[in-house]
Amino acid sequence: MSQTVAIIDYGSGNLRSAAKSFERAASELDSPSQIVVTSDPETVRRADRIVLPGVGAFADCRAGLDAVAGMVEVLEERVIGNGTPFLGICVGMQLMAGEGREKTVTRGLGWIGGAVVRLEPHGDLKVPHMGWNTLSFLRPHALLAGIPDGENGLHAYFVHSYHLAPSDPRTLIATADYGQAVTACVGRDNLFGTQFHPEKSQTLGLALIGNFLRWKP
Amino acid sequence: MLKTRLIPCLDVKDGRVVKGVQFVDLRDAGDPVEAAIAYDAAGADELCFLDITASHEGRDTIFDIVARTAEHCFMPVTVGGGIRKLEDIRKLLLSGADKVSINTAAVNDPDFVARAADKFGDQCIVVSVDARQRLTPRVGGDNRGEWEVFTHGGRTPTGLDAVEFAVRSVERGAGELLVTSMDRDGTKSGFDLALTRAIADAVHVPVVASGGVGSLDDLVAGVKEGHASAVLAASIFHFGTFTIAEAKAHLLKNGIAVRNDRALGTI
Repeated sequence: MSQTVAIIDYGSGNLRSAAKSFERAASELDSPSQIVVTSDPETVRRADRIVLPGVGAFADCRAGLDAVAGMVEVLEERVIGNGTPFLGICVGMQLMAGEGREKTVTRGLGWIGGAVVRLEPHGDLKVPHMGWNTLSFLRPHALLAGIPDGENGLHAYFVHSYHLAPSDPRTLIATADYGQAVTACVGRDNLFGTQFHPEKSQTLGLALIGNFLRWKP
Repeated sequence: MLKTRLIPCLDVKDGRVVKGVQFVDLRDAGDPVEAAIAYDAAGADELCFLDITASHEGRDTIFDIVARTAEHCFMPVTVGGGIRKLEDIRKLLLSGADKVSINTAAVNDPDFVARAADKFGDQCIVVSVDARQRLTPRVGGDNRGEWEVFTHGGRTPTGLDAVEFAVRSVERGAGELLVTSMDRDGTKSGFDLALTRAIADAVHVPVVASGGVGSLDDLVAGVKEGHASAVLAASIFHFGTFTIAEAKAHLLKNGIAVRNDRALGTI
């Protein structure tokens, strides 16, 4: 039985890269997955797994998501109501927060308590935090299984100036060190989000996407 | 910790790599996608395509190149050359690019950078600062006035001061600067370190040093003396003078942290 993975198209994000990386990761699994890039809420409703990508400013992404009639309602129904496995990427992860404070204060989906705030690294480090960084896992998680962390671990590709500061420390899964503890992964129950771009993170990214496609939260 | 990025740059004209890439295992040294795949496998941290196609008709090939690259390479891709409209950026991002590099349009229409950053986010807008040293610097002291911005692939002088232009571009929303010394480009005599450092120290966003790399020590100097966050080179990699692995080993030997990920199965 093939599973369907819906990557939500709401006018934001490098959807082609995301779709290709999911197709590649899926090709290495035993059971087939159908990867669908869609802006149709009904397709999302029927999907077995849901991915919310996103690049750009928080407010623009929120507006873009709201502009797709019925999409937020379907996400609430499927992800929060029915426990469908959900992966948010970059701003797609940030949108899970209570609010974003980039340029203006914007309400998020409110799935992970906390706010999206500007990075304030110590020293004269550059913002955006742009490039390859290693991760520190704060707690085990199925989506990080088999991925080495720490200074000698694999690298993830980041490009962002804001990050999600969760109010409940238990939802903080992994961080990256960049003059401060930068939020790299958040999650609870069937929700997971990465600040970095798994679709651009080569070995680490394909491993994480593969874990997501197998995930039974 | 964040690693210093090593970025090979491919000049593309009418869908072909111009300088020719002399990898041993390429069937076709002029195919940009094959070159991109080879660099991806070799451990490059990002790829940069610079489209130098002159004709409007020839430009559409870059979208196809980016799209085919995105099917095989799960790494960040920057595309520059001929970007004039927001629609150009959207098409590149939808094809699979992560960042776009803007040069002439950033000079001719400074507000374009602001509109692009508002629309697509600062993180994907790179402003390319192509500069030449002035024969007679206008002011002394802080280096301002020493370099002039050029457009159209280094052919057209603008009268703009490079450091000033860089600072303004970041204020308008550039998330990264690609600083190329047109004096050094293709000379293999090393980056213009004073130019790179003057700009890197003046802005809070990452600076990519470009133009002039002839040796692995040049890469080290770009980071240590030029204060660059990333170093870009073309010829030394294309012509097989050095491999990505050799360059990274040399950076590491000189105390510069780089990414050396291996496949999961080999760890």
